[in-house]
Amino acid sequence: MGMTLTEKLLAAPCGRERVEPGELIEAAIDLALANDITAPLAIEEFEKAGAAEVWDRTKIALVPDHFTPNKDIAAATNVKRIREFAKKHRIAHFFECSQAGIEHALLPEQGLVLPGDLVIGADSHTCTYGALGAFATGVGSTDLAAALITGKCWFKVPQSIRLLYTGELKPWVSGKDLILFTIGRIGVDGALYQAMEFCGPTIEKLSMASRFTMCNMAIEAGAKNGVIEPDDKTRTFLKGRSARKGVFLKSDPDAVYARTLEIDASQVELQVALPSLPSNVKPVREVKDLAIDQAVIGSCTNGWLEDLQMAAQVLKGRRVAPRVRLIIIPATRIIYRQALREGLMEVFMDAGAIISPPTCGPCLGGHMGVLAEGERAVATTNRNFVGRMGHVRSEVVLAGPAVAAASAVLGRVGSPEELA
Amino acid sequence: MTLKGHAWKFGADVDTDAIIAARYLSATDPEELAGHVMEGLMPDFPNRVKPGDMVVAGKNFGCGSSREHAPLALKAAGVACVIARSFARIFYRNAFNLGLPLLESAEAADGIAAGDELLVDLAAGTIKNLSQGTEFQARPIPPFMQELLAEGGLMQHVIKKIRAGG
Repeated sequence: MGMTLTEKLLAAPCGRERVEPGELIEAAIDLALANDITAPLAIEEFEKAGAAEVWDRTKIALVPDHFTPNKDIAAATNVKRIREFAKKHRIAHFFECSQAGIEHALLPEQGLVLPGDLVIGADSHTCTYGALGAFATGVGSTDLAAALITGKCWFKVPQSIRLLYTGELKPWVSGKDLILFTIGRIGVDGALYQAMEFCGPTIEKLSMASRFTMCNMAIEAGAKNGVIEPDDKTRTFLKGRSARKGVFLKSDPDAVYARTLEIDASQVELQVALPSLPSNVKPVREVKDLAIDQAVIGSCTNGWLEDLQMAAQVLKGRRVAPRVRLIIIPATRIIYRQALREGLMEVFMDAGAIISPPTCGPCLGGHMGVLAEGERAVATTNRNFVGRMGHVRSEVVLAGPAVAAASAVLGRVGSPEELA
Repeated sequence: MTLKGHAWKFGADVDTDAIIAARYLSATDPEELAGHVMEGLMPDFPNRVKPGDMVVAGKNFGCGSSREHAPLALKAAGVACVIARSFARIFYRNAFNLGLPLLESAEAADGIAAGDELLVDLAAGTIKNLSQGTEFQARPIPPFMQELLAEGGLMQHVIKKIRAGG
């Protein structure tokens, strides 16, 4: 009997030929990640345990990105604590605010995740790295603290779901639309405790940015991880980023899946998720007269250069509607600079947008664009739960960059096709 | 281990932003977090919840972010256990790692009303509804999770292993 990609990724780090779904395993970790929200609790647990040293200072990444640039004294104190911990333990991958970026774009960009790796992160969107053919999953601060000491983590081997996409994408449609459509189909617990393996001709043709976006939102269907077979696109993306080679694995043809879902991607239109669940999905065409106060283009889901390029294509020569605030957030410093060089920032400024430094900021209602009571935003982020971006009675509509940019111009939720 | 307390009812897909909003995440003090737990769904919950009370909810409880502040806030507010139709996986790990027991039972989630008095036996996985005279059987807690609970959470488990030279 064959194995799925996820099973292979979990078998290797516990030194086994094979693992079966449902089995509890303890596996060695290639990279452990925490941010400014989750690291302080993990450091507290680490110190309470009386541990003298971390297991491997080269395999730990600490990325303050949520409330940075520090939004208040409490946030600054948390980052200071992380900085001191990083210094004391000589953590190789501590990213100070000015070099940082949003963790899930930053770590792939810095070549810290390779195919075949096992990554845990005290952040639920750690599943993003599955786009590189790695096993990556979110854990809590205590799991992370234990891993900092032991270099290991326990897992229950998940069953895999095979999501097979065929067909050419319609204009403006991206990985965000595919994943929103999929979550709309299976629900926010449609892949609970399972691995989502994205495959098929559409995925093979998909850009790395869109692949990251899809794996990023696997958690929004309750999945343990999202994963895509690494290929030549992955190789091209990785070129020059790491001295390590990575292990390129594939699912066996006779691997066993809990189920297979076939999606004709050529029929997927531009999607939005209406408040207040990522599964509350509709084609944008069916949404009428939903006014917005703010549009946010960025986050670990859609802060890649390609997302900014798509937004700029919509915004070029157009103006943001009066009374709409358009906030653009490049995910990392390198993406920021590339966007600057390509003239995208000019386009955004001309359109009336404001550009934020890399931060998770508004996505979780932290800072840099929090909503007041009764306000509504369209955002390229990943969650539209009640009160996610601010006041309990504010709303978030999730969309891809083309719809978010078009909505900013229209002053209501809409698509680029509606623009004159 | 048996627990006795009153039920607080919530719906399906209760997310971690609802359990503890991100604007409180600069805090790591459990007491401070407890003061805001579930306030997005039930503003007076932090004031009215009593030590030993239990949260009863629908499917996919704890979905969303990996913030451990969520189970930490519930535990600090005195919540003795959470009973739900199902749990989101990161929340599930976090709760056991911190020593907050969770029980999965669709029948109990449906058959318990707000305010009902409950008697829970964690080892047996039984949930008695004393107010209604009914009893439910939850899915047994996996042995590894029982071990974590017995040792007081994951860190105690790790410390024990370090001391044993593992």
